[in-house]
Formats: sequence, C-alpha cells, structure tokens
Amino acid sequence: MMTRASPGMKRRGPGPRFVAQLLFTVLVCAFLVVPVVLSVLAGLSENFFVGVRSGLTLRWVGQVWSMYRDSIFLSLGIAIACLAVTLVLGVPIAYVLARRPSRATRLFEELLVLPVAVPGLATALALILFYGEWRGFRASWTFILVGHVLFTLPFMARSVLAVMAAIDLATLEEAAASLGAGFAARFFGVIVPNARYGILAGALMVVTLSVGEFNITWMLHTPLTKTIPVGLADSYASMRLEIGSAYTIVFFLMIIPLLIGMQWLSRERTSSMAKRHGG
Amino acid sequence: MADNAASVRLARCAKTFPDGTRALLPLDLEIATGETLVFLGPSGCGKTTLLRIIAGLAEPDAGGHVWFAADDVTTLPIERRNVGMVFQSYALFPNMTVAENIAYGLKVRRVDARERRQQASRLLDMMHLAGLGDRRVDQLSGGQRQRVALARALAVKPRVLLLDEPLTALDAKLRESLRVDIDQLLRSLGVTTVYVTHDQGEAMALGDRVAVMSQGRVEQIGTPQQIYYRPESAFVADFIGTMNRLTGTCTDGLLRVQGGALRLPVARATSDHAMFRPQDARIVEPDAGALAGRIVSAFFLGSTTRVVVDLGAEQSIVVDTSERRSFRKGDAVGIDVGADALLILES
Repeated sequence: MMTRASPGMKRRGPGPRFVAQLLFTVLVCAFLVVPVVLSVLAGLSENFFVGVRSGLTLRWVGQVWSMYRDSIFLSLGIAIACLAVTLVLGVPIAYVLARRPSRATRLFEELLVLPVAVPGLATALALILFYGEWRGFRASWTFILVGHVLFTLPFMARSVLAVMAAIDLATLEEAAASLGAGFAARFFGVIVPNARYGILAGALMVVTLSVGEFNITWMLHTPLTKTIPVGLADSYASMRLEIGSAYTIVFFLMIIPLLIGMQWLSRERTSSMAKRHGG
Repeated sequence: MADNAASVRLARCAKTFPDGTRALLPLDLEIATGETLVFLGPSGCGKTTLLRIIAGLAEPDAGGHVWFAADDVTTLPIERRNVGMVFQSYALFPNMTVAENIAYGLKVRRVDARERRQQASRLLDMMHLAGLGDRRVDQLSGGQRQRVALARALAVKPRVLLLDEPLTALDAKLRESLRVDIDQLLRSLGVTTVYVTHDQGEAMALGDRVAVMSQGRVEQIGTPQQIYYRPESAFVADFIGTMNRLTGTCTDGLLRVQGGALRLPVARATSDHAMFRPQDARIVEPDAGALAGRIVSAFFLGSTTRVVVDLGAEQSIVVDTSERRSFRKGDAVGIDVGADALLILES
C-alpha cells in the first residue's frame, strides 16, 4: 500500500524510503563502529581467539600501563609544551595576518600550512638532515616537539584567525587606543579575550593532534623518546594482540575527552555568535 | 567635566594616501574650547580623514600640525591624546559588561575599582542607562549601545570629544530623539566636540559651527544660519536643503528666464542665474507674479505643502507654502520671490 499516493489519509508509520535510509545509515555506522568495538573487546578479553567467553580482564590494560607509562607521560608533556609554543607563536601570527592583510602575509599563511600538506615523513627527514648533527638536541624530546609545533601551528593560527576575521578587530583596537590603552593593554585586554573561542578551539585541536601524531614522530623518536602512537605501533608489531588492543583502549581514553571538548566548544561558539547577531 | 576641554588648532593639515589620492587638501582650522564643530559632507569628502587626524589615528602629511590648547600633539598617538571617540559601529567591547565598557578608560588609567564603579554608575544614570550596568553589550538595543559608546568616551574626561557618524546606524525616529539628547548633553558639559556626519539635519541641529566639505576641501565654515541662508558656493547651496536654480539672460538688472523675469540685486545685476529656497517663494494669482507656470504636483507634508511648478521648457521649481488651501495639478499659478532672497553664486 502506497501511503504517499493517498494525501487524504493519515500516514501510518514511516514510509519505505525512510526505512531504506535508516538501514543504510545503520549499515555505514556498523561498518565503522564494529571493528572499534571488537578491538576494545579484544583488549578486555582473557584470550582473543577464544573470545569474550574466555572472561573479561583488565590485565592487559595493566600491562600496557606498566610498560608504556613513560610514553604516556612523555606524550602529555610534549602536547602541553606544544600547546604553549603554538599559543605564544600562533596567536600573534593570527593577529598580524588579520590586521595586515597583504600579499606577503598571505604567502606566509600558505607557507605555514605546508607542513600539513607535505607528508610527515618528509618533514621529519628534513629536520634530521638539518639538525641531526646536534646530538643532544637530536636525542631529546624537544626534537619531537619541533616536529609537532611545525605540524600543529597552522591549526592554532587558522582557528584564531577565523575568529579574528569575524569581528571588527581594527575598530575595537582603535576604540581601546582612544581610551588610552597602549599596545599591551589592547592585546591582552581586548584582542585576546575576544578571540578566546578561536584560541580554545585551536588549543584543543593542537593537543589532540600532538597526542595522536605518528608520521613525524615515528621518524624523529629514539628508543628513549617514544610517544603513545609510536608505542602503539611498537606494541602492535611485537606484543600479543590483546596488549595492542588494550593499548588502543588507553589511547581512546586520552583522546575522546579532547574530541568531546572540541564538539562542546564549537556548539558554545555557534550559540554565542547566534545570540550576538540576534540581539 | 569640561575642566579638561581644550581648543583645537590645525595648521596646514593635508593627507595624501600611499596610492597618491589626496584625501585632504592643506587646511587651517580652529575650534574654540567647548565648541561643537560639525564636519558635513558626502562620503569621500575627507571629513572622516580629518577626524582621524585630530584623533591621532592618522598622521597629517609632513608640515601639518595639530594643537590641543598650547600642546602640539601632532606626533602623539591616539592613546596619549586624551580624547574620547564614538565610532559609527560603536565598537563596544563584546568581552565586557556595559559598566566595564564605560569604565575601561579609567581602568587603563589605573583608577581604583571603587572610584571606577562610582564613575560608571554616575554615567549610566546620566545616559538613562541605570540598571543596565551588568548587561552584556549584545543584550542592548541600538540606541542603548550608542549611549554606552558615548558614556565610555565621556568617562575619561576627554580634552576633545570625537564623534564619527554616531547616529547613522539607527532608525530615523531614534536618531531624532538621540540628537536632542546629545545636543543637551554637549551643551551642559561644555566639552569641545568634533562631529562628523553626512546628515544636514544633524549638522544644523548640533553644530555651533558647521564646516561643509567637498573633495578634500572645506567649502564653507560658519554657523548653521550662515551656511543655510548665505551659502558661499553652489556646492554648499545645493548640499544644504533644497535650492531652486534658474538660468537665463540678463539685461538691465533683469534676469529673463523661462516663465518670466526676476529683478536681480544691484550688486550682482549681471548674473545669468539666480537661486532661492523653496520657502522664500510665494504662490500668487496667475498674472500677479514675476514668474508664471502650472502646478505639476503638490505634496502635503503637514506643516507645509511642497508644490512643484513647471515654468515650461522642462524648467521646474519647488515652492514650500504653509497656506491652508489645496493645490491641484494643472492649476495656473504665479510665483513671487523677494529680491533679498535671491542668491547668486559662481559654481
């Protein structure tokens, strides 16, 4: 019976098109989610080949923690340092790009994005060729930090720039200056607070990318400077499958709060912008 | 509040942009302490550039100087000139409350928090914004934002108050009521004010003096009455209010135009044109006037009726009359213009 063909009648339940769409969506989600669920289950089962029937355990997660604790702390440390550097560099860069649009600044913006476009391996190789001779630097975690900053800086700068471009920054600054504020007072009292959503979004992005970065880090790391993703590859390659899967769980636990934070922030920002335009 | 008010003097101030555009031709100008001077002109006439030079947001070309009272402030950036400025877009800080916006200049000057709060609440009262101090600026109406911007500029007790088209973003009715508010405020405070607008009504209502600008030059500067009744150039005459302009041939002090002839004032008895305001002409019986024509249209405006009269050969004039009679399209009428109302200006 075709519900659409009889407009006078009330529709009874969803039409066949809706059912088909729902089915398709569920299939696509399952295609993406099932492997993740399986991987998580593998990390929690006694024996993956027997399955969940073999019993659930936190043993593998515990082993990951004891073996890779240093990697977790190193990754967090690098992410925080990376955030600090990208804040100090990225916010002023965005400010200059927003305030002085010219051919030179546009070219600079393109250059800034280059490390995202170029394969991470190539960036890393260039860094090794150039700085590899400085043994102390090469062996320290700051070497990885440089790679992460190169990769994440455009995300910070662009996120801040997007917000700065949306407000009339020049006039706000002139207004602050007319009231007697010098550059520092204007920058920290008016510009930074009004770019806060861009800065926060950029910060979450930088931390997430830094924690998850593999390509560059894999080339730059030493046995003593292993980050979480490098350890992940390591465990997949050389440990039993349950430990590799447990590692995935640990990684999820770290990255998911960051992703949720980003979602929440983008919603906050949209609603506050809507309020501003509606008011 | 006027304790700080200073006179302003400009000497040879010009502005050439990097691409060679001459936004402002060399200009000398004085604004007395407590005076309100309005720069009036169409967009692109240089009035905003001039305001920015006085504010310290733009530098005059080499050789130009700006004085506040006896101080040469030419090289001082805006943050050290102690001005108050109201922007067309208000430029309120979205990250601060209304009270914080108003007190921002005091905070920058390191006035202590208690004093700041007192000042802010005093200004809120003065601007009829009492009770709105804790609001965010995006919760205010356009008129309220405008008053916050004005309060914020006045809070620092400026030497000169600068207003850049402050009413342009508002609707007509609000503009009129705020115009009255601003007028009372400026008179009671006695603060030296520079006001930029393209709206002649605002200029006439607010200015002690009005400077009419065109193409980077001040065409005329004077009281609103002088500007209106004694324009010194055709541009000023045309820009301010409505002006009728008749051209013809002149013999023996009599200007013959389409539809009749006008007796010219003795001093200018050889001109080939004459101008007059719509309210300086009178509608009389068809044969009794110096000019004769037919009514094309009549608009009743309440206090007056605006009558458009065709003199023939596509020459028409506008007459404002307060007579309480009705004018019908096609009626033949005569027009009289007093000799002292005729203006003769070279364009």
